[in-house]
Amino acid sequence: MAVTSSETIPVISESDVVSVRQRVREATSRLGFTLVDQTKMVTAASELARNTLIHGGGGAMDLIMLNGPRLGLRLVFADKGPGISDISLALRDGFTTGSGLGLGLGGAKRLVNDFQIDSKPGTGTKVTVTRWK
Amino acid sequence: MDKIPILSMGEFLLVTIQVDMHDRLAMTLQDDLTSRISETGARGVLIDISSLEIVDSFIGRMLGNIAAMSRVLDAETVVVGMRPAVAITLVELGMSLAGVKTALNVDAGMELLQTSLGSDEEMNGSYV
Repeated sequence: MAVTSSETIPVISESDVVSVRQRVREATSRLGFTLVDQTKMVTAASELARNTLIHGGGGAMDLIMLNGPRLGLRLVFADKGPGISDISLALRDGFTTGSGLGLGLGGAKRLVNDFQIDSKPGTGTKVTVTRWK
Repeated sequence: MDKIPILSMGEFLLVTIQVDMHDRLAMTLQDDLTSRISETGARGVLIDISSLEIVDSFIGRMLGNIAAMSRVLDAETVVVGMRPAVAITLVELGMSLAGVKTALNVDAGMELLQTSLGSDEEMNGSYV
């Protein structure tokens, strides 16, 4: 799969979550996503960046533009936090260990085309999402 | 720290969110609005979100909280100007903003507030 560009954005403060949204917006716009698809991807990124910050204790997002055979945007959120012991439970709507609504992870999954989560207790969490043009 | 201005107009408070809010700013707005309702005795709150490019679960929750808190303080909240792409995304995310009154634009929102305030007064009148 051809990667046209890749960059890493830190997610260690609340203002980084805002930067993540702006960078993802720029990338989806450059790839020619429709407005609805841009909005879905930016919203998913916002949810996942907040998870990285709050549950993962901070981390980073890799932003990868894919060019061929299909155009798309891949985001990889990685942290070295406590990890998730029960992933299927964490994906369920309404489940939360924080003070939120428990829509972040499951909601983000619905807003993208591909969703992968890799996490073990004590080793951190990596969430990879892709949305195709 | 940044703050989102709250304008007082007659019995209403008006808020236009024009920046991409980080979470703390959203929480500050929620607290400020609640205090202002109680200080001014406002009967209605109109929140214009037409500049917002996304509403995620955090901002959605804030809007729901503001609506619930203002209701307890005897004020109505109307959220106006949501972009169509934001509405589509919000529902797919799993939020329907139940309990939050919405209107397409500021004019329709003001009308909704005035109507609901008017019908309240009529109802009170009928008990006299």
